[in-house]
Amino acid sequence: MRQVAPVSIAGAPPGAPGTAKRSLIPARSLVLKLLSAVILFGAWEIAGRIPVSYAFPTFLESMAALFRMAADGTLWVAYAETLQPLAVGVAISAVLGIAIGLWVGLSNFFDWLFSPIFIVMQAAPLAALIPLLVLAYGIGLTSKVLVVCIMAMPVIVLNTASAVRNTPENLKEMAKAYLASDPAILTKIVIPAASPVIFAGLRLGVSAGFIGAILAELKITPTGVGDIITFSRSIADYPSMYAAIFSIILLAVLFLNLLEWIESVLFKGNQRGYVSD
Amino acid sequence: MAMSQTEPAVAETQAIPESAVSTRNITKFYGETEALRDLSLEFPRGQLTSLLGPSGCGKTTLLKIIAGLLEPTSGEVEVNGKTVTGPGPDRAFVFQDFALLPWASVLRNVAFGLEMRGAGKSEREAKAEHYIKQVGLAGFENAYPHELSGGMRQRVGLARALAVDSQVLLMDEPFSAVDEQTRRKFQEDLLALVLNENKTFIFVTHSIEEAVYVSDQIAILLPRPSRVHEIIRPSINRESGAANIRRDPEYLDIVDEIWASLRSYVE
Ligand SMILES: Nc1ncnc2c1ncn2[C@@H]1O[C@H](COP(=O)(O)OP(=O)(O)OP(=O)(O)O)[C@@H](O)[C@H]1O
Ligand SMILES: [Mg+2]
Repeated sequence: MRQVAPVSIAGAPPGAPGTAKRSLIPARSLVLKLLSAVILFGAWEIAGRIPVSYAFPTFLESMAALFRMAADGTLWVAYAETLQPLAVGVAISAVLGIAIGLWVGLSNFFDWLFSPIFIVMQAAPLAALIPLLVLAYGIGLTSKVLVVCIMAMPVIVLNTASAVRNTPENLKEMAKAYLASDPAILTKIVIPAASPVIFAGLRLGVSAGFIGAILAELKITPTGVGDIITFSRSIADYPSMYAAIFSIILLAVLFLNLLEWIESVLFKGNQRGYVSD
Repeated sequence: MAMSQTEPAVAETQAIPESAVSTRNITKFYGETEALRDLSLEFPRGQLTSLLGPSGCGKTTLLKIIAGLLEPTSGEVEVNGKTVTGPGPDRAFVFQDFALLPWASVLRNVAFGLEMRGAGKSEREAKAEHYIKQVGLAGFENAYPHELSGGMRQRVGLARALAVDSQVLLMDEPFSAVDEQTRRKFQEDLLALVLNENKTFIFVTHSIEEAVYVSDQIAILLPRPSRVHEIIRPSINRESGAANIRRDPEYLDIVDEIWASLRSYVE
């Protein structure tokens, strides 16, 4: 598990968990993001130079390894492999997770039926479950997709459900007074009102899905990016190992920014939160 | 002139029109709390009735029961002779807390009721724009609620209710968040609206002056559990212009009289 640690720390990228701090001035937020990246990479470089551990390369060494792997194609081949379970798992988790979450949030019966499953799933030590999954579904794509889903889905379901349950009562009442049908209340009130929390859940779920994808490749069969990590570690090529880890974090951050952008396009007025009075 | 509920209504010089809305023996419990007790009131068609009473006496509760948003524990509401079982197209609500959609522009908020009634996009936007102008928010069609002041938000809620063109308008303190000048202008607009359109207005307010100024009938409610204490029908000549109404001795008398009867509950 040791190799995964950096992923899980940095896998929760800036601004992901709950603290949806969105600036009104995009230029300023971009500058801040770049600044925090520079500080982080600077610290990495210094830590690598001291060095903290002989197994900890500098930032520049790692970047060199990254470009080398990108140039000779190893990286792209690895991602073609890794992205399969990741994309499938994240897509299933997002669609199914939001759908189940809406259901659970709207109906006490489904809440009673499903909530405990997802709470257990969220708390379960995944590493212990992986051998069971392999036993049942083999070492193929299915098991890896399942690992991604187990990581990503619970937080999406639970966030969606609690967002739906917390729909402001006065807005639902207003919709009823203006003759909204139940489906209209769902699409015009409940979902837009829940969208900030649903998206927060999606961001957390997607980060967890990235961790799941790498975990699956480290624990089930070393393929893709997981293979680069395992293999470079075994031959003590630490710059390549960290380059691989860095690339997956970078991908996660880029994807989360894409999500944020989608949210801001879909639900413009929500950016300033709720009008409380 | 004023009179108490117990005196027969025929004492009135002008005939009272038939009721558009009547509430019969409404009792409402919230769990253990009794908000309304055996409340009966008639709301004459085409007139404005104010509900006046101390905070927490159940005015919003009564309005929501008339709207069909709340079920009375016992008793019933009739609108145009039909018993209310839920919200209907004959009633529009102006909410005390505005209840605007924060993710929707002013235009979409105002058009919301029309959208739910299935009106086409161009039709409902044209109507919404008309009413946005009427409440003095022209130019803010594309603003979001968080970009507006409290009073402006309240006017969006008002425009939304006007846009659906319902027979009965239920207004829960619709002018509470606007400044005094705007408030006076709105009161005048409201009088014009009552005069020109044959709509029935049910209007909640905390202001005695406002109630006397705009109302054909004022129902004074007692604190919880709320009953009707008194019904006053000011017979002020409203054609004489805004300034004259406020100087009318009858206007001043009624304001004093209401204050005298409410005072005991404040002290
Ligand atoms: N959902 C509720 N659950 C329990 N009690 C309630 C609820 N809504 C209102 N009440 C109680 O019923 C009483 C009447 O409330 P209501 O909101 O109708 O008062 P109001 O006359 O509109 O007051 P205000 O002038 O301050 O708006 C209050 O004492 C309140 O505590
Ligand atoms: Mg109220």
